[in-house]
Amino acid sequence: MAYSDKVLDHYENPRNVGKLDDDDASVGTGMVGAPACGDVMRLQIKVDDNGVIEDAKFKTYGCGSAIASSSLLTEWVKGRSLDEATEIKNKDIADELGLPPVKIHCSVLAEDAIKAAIADVKSKRSNEEANA
Amino acid sequence: MQYPIYLDYSSTTPVDPRVSEKMVECLTLEGNFGNPASRSHLLGWKAEEAVETARRQVADLINCDPREVVWTSGATEADNLALKGVAHFYSKKGKHIITSKIEHKAVLDSCRQLEREGFEVTYLDPDENGLTTPSAVAGAIREDTILVSLMHVNNEIGVINDIEAIGQLTREKGVLFHVDAAQSTGKIDIDLEKMQVDLMSMTAHKTYGPKGIGALYVRRKPRVRIEPQIHGGGHERGMRSGTLPTHQIVGMGEAYRIAKEEMQDESTRILALRNRLLDGFSDMEEVYVNGDIDHRVAGNLNISFNFVEGESLMMALRDLAVSSGSACTSASLEPSYVLRAIGLNDELAHSSLRMTIGRFTTAEEIDHAIGKIHEAVAKLRELSPLWDMYKDGVDLDQVQWAAH
Repeated sequence: MAYSDKVLDHYENPRNVGKLDDDDASVGTGMVGAPACGDVMRLQIKVDDNGVIEDAKFKTYGCGSAIASSSLLTEWVKGRSLDEATEIKNKDIADELGLPPVKIHCSVLAEDAIKAAIADVKSKRSNEEANA
Repeated sequence: MQYPIYLDYSSTTPVDPRVSEKMVECLTLEGNFGNPASRSHLLGWKAEEAVETARRQVADLINCDPREVVWTSGATEADNLALKGVAHFYSKKGKHIITSKIEHKAVLDSCRQLEREGFEVTYLDPDENGLTTPSAVAGAIREDTILVSLMHVNNEIGVINDIEAIGQLTREKGVLFHVDAAQSTGKIDIDLEKMQVDLMSMTAHKTYGPKGIGALYVRRKPRVRIEPQIHGGGHERGMRSGTLPTHQIVGMGEAYRIAKEEMQDESTRILALRNRLLDGFSDMEEVYVNGDIDHRVAGNLNISFNFVEGESLMMALRDLAVSSGSACTSASLEPSYVLRAIGLNDELAHSSLRMTIGRFTTAEEIDHAIGKIHEAVAKLRELSPLWDMYKDGVDLDQVQWAAH
């Protein structure tokens, strides 16, 4: 299969690889996919007091398109508010990377990952408020 | 070194230069271009002679009578002809066929077609080493069983079935036995005097011959009958019509002649290279060989690098030509059915790499491949959340995955 230059670029030089401290209340973690399906993404965001994503990290087990989708997403979400980040659709990722139809599921997974991370940080926040 | 380094000899082999030299002599006006079926002039006779020489060369490699060799376009056609040919001829005797779950698609899809025609097929599970045991075959044979079809050597994991033992059993039971030998010719000894095989599929292009030519062995004593699947002209004693492609056939003959002569030395050399390759990974964690390592052809190494997905691994190995059992390499998104049938979990199936070594592989190429794979696996594990979890002592089997 031929990969687009953008997929190759993210694969060769993945952005924001790493791990944030999940015990930190300002960190949200989205872990989606399953080893059995050949894709697992872990996307983490760190949100400041104004609800803006100040940092994002990922690690992905999966094909080059899955790695590129999550790498691109971390670039996109940084500096956005949680609401803005929710607006990112899998189609935006697929279009930007030029994913072929058989790889669309990789972009769907990335969208699921950011949604899960946002939900996680929101629930952490509301728990904190409830405890306060 | 020439890039990419070719480590996919089970997929196809380059044509040996000695073979292509013979082939080009059978194409042009100055050469042996006649129709082997032309009985009326010298050019036809000369072409026929070349075809019969090649038939003898093929027969010599597998120790049978040349009259038992029927030319086909390759192993896929030979498999189709064997299964459908036997099923259609013997359907009055019975309608039950036995095969295994890890056969080549040429056999499995032919079986599916026969099922649509009213035949019943039993698909045997291989053991965890990938072998189909004689006792598994014995347990599946019924009154109405007409055919057992099994591969000699598996294309993905290279394991070798005990054809002699299974042949003994099928002969005793009066059931025909077809063997797909596409992956074994020129790699291990095949002696059809000793092996009680009734039909055997072969191809040229996995034994340094050209693509587009193969053969089906059809036993004469005791006689095996098949219904032809391609009609028109009655070539090959009516079993497979169509003008014989002299240059292809001559190529297959020469390739098999070379195989017979050089197989012993070549296997020793290739085995040493395979061991060198395997040793190259001995210092890595979580590396698994798939399939029986002892009952295996010399050139095959199928190996899983846990927590690394196969397609991304191949992406990092662009100067190696290898293949993967990972889902993403095929449009189906299903990992290798062969690896799953031998009990591999999906992670390991997705993480597998098949490297197959052949006649032109060098030690230098193996060393280069080892270095590249080390780098790539290290890089991708650094990227892998599963590797992180493994290193943190998380049991991945206990995790509730959000499957998609």
